[in-house]
Amino acid sequence: MTLPFWLEALIAALLLLGAIVAALGSLGLARMPDFYMRLHGPTKACTLGVGCTMLGSLLYFSFSGEGFSVQELLITLFLFVTAPVSAHMMARAALHRRVRPEEQTRLPPRGLDPSQEPESDSSGASQR
Amino acid sequence: MIDFVLPIALGLFSLSLLMNLYRLLKGPDVLDRILGLDTLNINAIAVIVLAGIYMDSRLIFEAALLIALMGFVGTVAMSQYLVRGDVIE
Repeated sequence: MTLPFWLEALIAALLLLGAIVAALGSLGLARMPDFYMRLHGPTKACTLGVGCTMLGSLLYFSFSGEGFSVQELLITLFLFVTAPVSAHMMARAALHRRVRPEEQTRLPPRGLDPSQEPESDSSGASQR
Repeated sequence: MIDFVLPIALGLFSLSLLMNLYRLLKGPDVLDRILGLDTLNINAIAVIVLAGIYMDSRLIFEAALLIALMGFVGTVAMSQYLVRGDVIE
């Protein structure tokens, strides 16, 4: 492979940055105490990390002599369009199912105040 | 330099896959499992692309595109099922 040095350094930096950011997002998914907090990690950090990895792969395959590589561009565009949509759907389903927020949440979602436990439980039971 | 960075990136992504699997198996609510599955899909796409760089071939990127499509459809269908009770009326 006859890539110039600066391009190889750029690709390596993009791959490493993408892997680190995606690992941080998955760590947030594994360690956060609450569903509404856990939703933040993957939908933002993992999308950025996978986007960086795709950009590095696109540069690598575009400059290695086989012409412009379209698949990475398609995957990146598709991920960037669909990640907010799926996150919105999951958050809406969580509000509908009345998933409990954590105890110390300031301004919890309407009807999900942890201090009013029995009231919201009865309304949740009547909604099903 | 890419040959040096590639195993590190693959190891970090494998660590992310393990953490997503932990959330998928443990998750207290159904939605935690759905979120873990969605993140597992996204990280699997990145692992496939890194394997494509490692093998120096572009043949398996269509599989990544297919996994992205099916993962999105599955996530939306499961969330919609939890909200409404059915997917297509």
